[in-house]
Amino acid sequence: MKTPPLSLIQLSTDLLQPVSLQIRAGEILCLSGPSGSGKSRLLRAVADLDPHGGSASLGAETQQTLRGHLWRRAVMMVPAESAWWHETVGEHLPKPMDAALGQLGFTADVTDWSIDRLSSGEKQRLALVRALAHEPRALLLDEPTANLDPDTTRQTERWLCEVIRQRALPTLWVAHDRAQIERVASRHLHIEGGRLNESAGGQNGWM
Amino acid sequence: MDVIALSWWQLAMAATLVIALAACVYRARLGVGNALLLSAARTAVQLTLIGFVLEALFALGRPLWVALMGLAMLLLAGREVMARQSYRLRGGWGFAIGTLSMFVSAFSVTVLTLIVVIGPSPWYSPQYAIPLLGMLLGNTMTGIALALDRLSEGVRRERQLVEGRLMLGQSWREACAELRRGAMRAGLMPIINAMAAAGLVSLPGMMTGQILSGTAPALAVKYQILIMFTIAAGTGFGTFIAVSVASRRLFDGHERLRLDRLKTA
Repeated sequence: MKTPPLSLIQLSTDLLQPVSLQIRAGEILCLSGPSGSGKSRLLRAVADLDPHGGSASLGAETQQTLRGHLWRRAVMMVPAESAWWHETVGEHLPKPMDAALGQLGFTADVTDWSIDRLSSGEKQRLALVRALAHEPRALLLDEPTANLDPDTTRQTERWLCEVIRQRALPTLWVAHDRAQIERVASRHLHIEGGRLNESAGGQNGWM
Repeated sequence: MDVIALSWWQLAMAATLVIALAACVYRARLGVGNALLLSAARTAVQLTLIGFVLEALFALGRPLWVALMGLAMLLLAGREVMARQSYRLRGGWGFAIGTLSMFVSAFSVTVLTLIVVIGPSPWYSPQYAIPLLGMLLGNTMTGIALALDRLSEGVRRERQLVEGRLMLGQSWREACAELRRGAMRAGLMPIINAMAAAGLVSLPGMMTGQILSGTAPALAVKYQILIMFTIAAGTGFGTFIAVSVASRRLFDGHERLRLDRLKTA
């Protein structure tokens, strides 16, 4: 099955001028910019969580043609601060994710862990696993490794890149670490003064 | 079985108790002395006025006037529901949701009770209709105000959680299901507690009044049971409607959580 590209069509937020771009299947578009420049706002607009200008589409489907929750089920955002509502990790997972959990360095009993004893780094990685367990068709990642130490960061990056490539997910990845962008990005855009600028670096991805 | 008539000087004797209390409140510097006297005065004035209104209404007994009185009570109750919320929906929704759900629940339960259960003739006879509606509105109002307050406060507090659920592709209904349940529970608790404690901890006001005015306790008790049941139904259904409509209004057509539709009171 061919995964459709994710397109932004004259999409604008109150911090960002209208922007049109396309993220191909399996492409990782990294987004950087000073804090408060509207990176998270842009992700929220693409996930259709806030009122915004313009639209976004995933192949033939757009934010207007799909109902809100169906759009977000397809174009899934993983926020920097994840929310958890059940007692244990396992209850949040719609299906077993043993392989993914193992690759991220969790032991098999992680599903029984109580949410209360998770560190912020564990929460962040488990939120990624949870999102992918819902089988989205595009990913919006808001600083997915912000709370991780260097080793875990590399491990998580590798796992994410592999899954994104395997499932051919168009991905918008907010990052601030230059080295990380070099490692993962197929393309890199920088937000400055309400505009998105193509950045020189980041072209050496695996695409 | 006639009631002993109360005259104004007898009420004045009771008023001296309030004045004595006010003196103590002033001395103890509680800072509510003025409020105490003012609201005591308001009680006297407001109830006296409503007494005149009811006398006139009973004398006329015309359906139009009974309906107008009911409408006025409904609108005042709707305003009160709105006033009791710390965060209200903008653009008249705060008032409309409370009023609408009380209209649907309290009004229909009152009419149903009048026609099917009590059966005075005519069915809109103000002696039955107005007190019944008043008691239903008063209690429904409390339930709905509590429920709506809990809902808007909860959704503000748990915004991250609700949006986290939305991000995972849950519908608005799933994303706020817990909050809705909590709000409905909050609206229902007062009447559940009141029914559980009725007669044990407190003698309900209406029953006490009927007994004072010479009704046989057995009959007064039956009326009180009837009132409790109708209040439970009115409050319950009113709360369901109010929470359903208000929670829908907190999300827009794209199922986005719209906290900007709430404003602080």
